[in-house]
Amino acid sequence: MAEIQIKGIAKSFGAFKALHSIDLTIADQEFMVLLGASGCGKTTLLRIIAGLETPTQGEVWIGGRRVDRLPPRERGIAMVFQNYAVFPHLTVLENIAFGLRMKKLPQPEIDRRVTRTAELMHIEQLLARYSGQLSGGQRQRVAVARALAMEPDVILMDEPLSNLDALLRLEMRAELKGVLAGSKTTTIYVTHDQVEAMSLADRISVMNAGRIVQAASPVEIYRNPAARFVGSFIGNPPMNFLPATRTPDGRWSVAGITLGGPAAASGKLEFAIRPEDLTVAAGGFDAVARVVEPLGAHTLVTTEIDGALFRAVLDSDVRINPGDRLSLVPKPDRIRWFDPETSLAA
Amino acid sequence: MTDAALADVPRPVSEVTSAGKVLYWAGIVLLCAWVLVPIYFLLSNALSSPAEVTSFPKHWVPSFDMGSLQFFLSFGGVLKALMNSVIVAVLTMILSIGFGAPAGYALSRFDFWGKDAFRLLVLMTRAFPLPLLALPIAVMFIRVGLDDTQLGLALVHTTLAIPFAVLITFSIFAGVPVELEEAAWTLGCNRWQAFRKVVLPLVLPGITASAIFAFTISWNEVFAAAVLTVQNRTLTAFLLQSLNVSPLHLRFAGGAALVIPALVFIFAVRKYMFAMWGIANR
Repeated sequence: MAEIQIKGIAKSFGAFKALHSIDLTIADQEFMVLLGASGCGKTTLLRIIAGLETPTQGEVWIGGRRVDRLPPRERGIAMVFQNYAVFPHLTVLENIAFGLRMKKLPQPEIDRRVTRTAELMHIEQLLARYSGQLSGGQRQRVAVARALAMEPDVILMDEPLSNLDALLRLEMRAELKGVLAGSKTTTIYVTHDQVEAMSLADRISVMNAGRIVQAASPVEIYRNPAARFVGSFIGNPPMNFLPATRTPDGRWSVAGITLGGPAAASGKLEFAIRPEDLTVAAGGFDAVARVVEPLGAHTLVTTEIDGALFRAVLDSDVRINPGDRLSLVPKPDRIRWFDPETSLAA
Repeated sequence: MTDAALADVPRPVSEVTSAGKVLYWAGIVLLCAWVLVPIYFLLSNALSSPAEVTSFPKHWVPSFDMGSLQFFLSFGGVLKALMNSVIVAVLTMILSIGFGAPAGYALSRFDFWGKDAFRLLVLMTRAFPLPLLALPIAVMFIRVGLDDTQLGLALVHTTLAIPFAVLITFSIFAGVPVELEEAAWTLGCNRWQAFRKVVLPLVLPGITASAIFAFTISWNEVFAAAVLTVQNRTLTAFLLQSLNVSPLHLRFAGGAALVIPALVFIFAVRKYMFAMWGIANR
């Protein structure tokens, strides 16, 4: 049972505020991904939970116990580092057994756990090797096995796949998901890769400039971004945005067409739509195709509307050439609105 | 098209003119000779009998006669001076690593106010010429009773060796990723346990090298040793003192006894010497 509660955590490095009062609750056995661009504070938050960094303010609770004043070894956590941090002077076996020996577990129990985690991570045949004799992917497996062998309440992962090549990353991603689901451990996983985040997470916390902008399920984050930043950060290609002005009858005028929208205090809103939620039909935005990229399943068309870039992912049967004029109709239930002043969803 | 234009094309480096090649090799030979010739004379004379040392013509290959070395070892005071040299060098080694390694660790792991200034100041201790400091130090040592002691001399040698100890250990500690220590902390270690179980095994070869270097600095040092000791002379000071009055073969044997250990030690730890200058120590 290890629910994690983060209460008002703030961290400053000198004059630089890395984290502004973070509040977050992570349920027992939940897979939480902290997602954000580099420098957004996600790794700092993870290191504060691990006890490798001291918060300037706030509290961290793990399993109903306040831990923010405790050293890492007393927090019931295990961590997987970006550069693996496999001890080079020890064999794989000794690496996995390291924490268990520190806990002074009986030898049969150590053997049992080493064997079990080594099998789980498919590194049984590497137990006698040193880290210098392993590939990056194998080192990563050792690092995960070493963390799992601790049977911690919480596993913390700091960009564990970012040093692997693309194919290996894909393979390890699926494997990690299976292994961690089986271990029933609460997991916090830091990444800047949105595909990784979407595919692994029960819940994603999107972070920007030291704040959590939105914490929700991957689909919710994708469909209903709480802020303009989330819409533009998640999704490839990202969301399209167009300015909207209120018409006298209380509706919104967007690039020449009129749409129903929320009532806003200010007279301005921003219209947003995902590129795949557009169809070619009469009565839509008047767009000029600039670049056409057939991708097989879909065709990505980059157009220009009123001088602004606007992307559409269309069925690959649609024949479009650069320079063509086309009318793009947004799916009404997929339209989102943002307040340009607060950049929050309206 | 003129000949000059034809000739003016880039040529591969392998086709450098023979004059350039000669210059290159002459430079190499000169540098090697500068280092090797004195060592050769030292060794070949130390390994010759006392009679051969003063005779003429010379043989290129020494006779491997141990007469000179035997004479040197049985010469009054040599063994005591040798013993003093070893004691002072070992003390210097312990003191400079004892103080230098923690400083190196702190420099590599912590950010603190005045860190850069400290790194510079550590080197600045070498900016003061020893002859300038020798007299005040001698006076001070007499006052506190450290004059003519092995510990007193070791303290002076430590100040000479410590900049190197700090800089070498700094680069060695910096070569151990901090994540390894952090991983050890999350795996149940406190700071000291993480240091002992993870950092220490990884830095031990480098620390040993740094210690040997400190040993060599003390072993070779002659000025402070000559000024600060009277009865407890180290080998360097002893030889300096008896240089004028001793026969030629004694000087050669003594010189060899000083140079050989230093040479062997430096050769053994050569790759860590580069680490000091910031070149990767792998």
